[in-house]
Amino acid sequence: MFRKITAFLAIFAVTIGMACLAFAQDPSGAETLAKNPNSPVDYVWILVCGFLVFFMQAGFAMVEAGFCRAKNATNLMAKNTIDFVMASLIFMAFGFALMMGNDYRGLIGTSGWFLHGENYDVGRYLMFFWQLVFAGTAATIVSGAVAERLKFKAYFLYSILVTAVIYPIYGHWVWGGGWLSKLPFGAGHVDFAGSGVVHTIGGFVGLAGALVLGPRFGKFDKDRKPRAIPGHSITLAALGTFILWFGWFGFNPGSTFSAHQLRIAVVAVNTNLAAAAGAAVAILLVYLKTKKWDVGMMLNGCLAGLVAVTAPCAWIEAWAAVAIGAVAGAIVVVGVYFWENRGVDDPVGAVSVHGLNGVWGLISVGIFADGTYGLGSTSEPFVKGLLYGGGYSQLIAQLIGAAVCVSWAFALGFIGFKLMDKFFGIRVSPQEELKGLDIPEHGTPAYPNFYTYSN
Amino acid sequence: MKKIEAVVRVEKLEELTEALDKFGYPGMMVTHIEGHGRQKGLTEQFRGREYKVNFLPKIKIEIVVKDADADKLVKAITGIARTGEIGDGKIFIYPVEDTVRIRTGEKGDGAI
Repeated sequence: MFRKITAFLAIFAVTIGMACLAFAQDPSGAETLAKNPNSPVDYVWILVCGFLVFFMQAGFAMVEAGFCRAKNATNLMAKNTIDFVMASLIFMAFGFALMMGNDYRGLIGTSGWFLHGENYDVGRYLMFFWQLVFAGTAATIVSGAVAERLKFKAYFLYSILVTAVIYPIYGHWVWGGGWLSKLPFGAGHVDFAGSGVVHTIGGFVGLAGALVLGPRFGKFDKDRKPRAIPGHSITLAALGTFILWFGWFGFNPGSTFSAHQLRIAVVAVNTNLAAAAGAAVAILLVYLKTKKWDVGMMLNGCLAGLVAVTAPCAWIEAWAAVAIGAVAGAIVVVGVYFWENRGVDDPVGAVSVHGLNGVWGLISVGIFADGTYGLGSTSEPFVKGLLYGGGYSQLIAQLIGAAVCVSWAFALGFIGFKLMDKFFGIRVSPQEELKGLDIPEHGTPAYPNFYTYSN
Repeated sequence: MKKIEAVVRVEKLEELTEALDKFGYPGMMVTHIEGHGRQKGLTEQFRGREYKVNFLPKIKIEIVVKDADADKLVKAITGIARTGEIGDGKIFIYPVEDTVRIRTGEKGDGAI
């Protein structure tokens, strides 16, 4: 094993070395600046937003840790770190080229491997960084759905699969000039900041993982009735949600990929409104059912609103953001009960938050887009949905994209997890699961000096 | 000598500590425990789903006293720990054979 890893690293290093010798476009940025003296504001805008999106890794780590038990907290930190580690390396080597390289028949990108040759350029590096933090987000969503029972080794390999294949190829179809963006309906399939590309992908790969793994020990009683497995810290879950909410102010407004698109103000307001509406509806719905103000579901509702508004945020006005967020809050509540009642164990609600609401976000563009803004630009074609006289055309494009996204993510995720399960078994042993993954898998309890009890 | 073992509500600890001190028993052993009596558990809720908590947090106070003091202390503890609601707790009283103060080797009532 060690020898294999060393050999892999050696090949990796040699390839990078060769890349450095190759022809470069504008690695210093001097030419780009001379050509466009306004570019610094865009560069700073995109990078700062990218840093915010990166920080969402911390948000996911805290939400998942908070919603899971203390005996698996180390394992969750390990997984939430390794997916961004692998995303950085793999996306640099393969993912970016497949996603944003020169288009081949609308299916894949084919240039820019290892950020090599012409890609040694400030503009391409900027785009790489932006796409990388998104790839990392898509990857990290899954860790919640498979929490408390997936082997670390399987997660390690899964991170490679998502960032090398599943995310970049679908991303190419929508954002890299691929076939979905060229659908002959509406303005083509559009997904402003990634309800589909990032969240639906993450959510449905997560569903595949949860199905292949099966539920955690104790999640269902003898009559297969679902039982609550309370997480160990609502405080951490709330902190994580605030971090994600904050990170989303980079995720959505930054997706204009230019500070010169003053639409960023509209995007920021819409993002916030949907989060608020989602949280309000989720907590009220659970209150009506149980007569308790359920914080966990409110946090999920907030994230649901954010996920849903991610696709439409640039093409809608404030009232629509509230409507989209409100529906998202309802979807997440219904979704959490729906999956549980069908024997699917998703410890943090990732499938409902990201999967279902990612789909709703894509569809909502076809309903609420108001025709005031184009494809990342202020000129035509504008995106117009059903309620603003755009007819069904955009909605059809959105439905096709959503169906493709769900099928692609679920099928590849399912095959990936099944194959790994066949080769080495992706689930920890029952003894390890009961003990918690922290000590058997990592040797490190998350809270060594605290009294923690397991149930 | 008698050992009084009182299982009481968590929020009664401070008041009981003060009272025992007043009776001349500044020393005590306190354990945070979980358990339930006849009232069984509670229902809590996590992300929209309710679940039963079978064991509730309680405080166990152990104190060894002179035979003569036992009755009035039990009465005092009962008075303070009682709210009249289910879950007030229980008091167990045991005979104690002897007590040794480790520092001096003293035995009996004087060692308490």
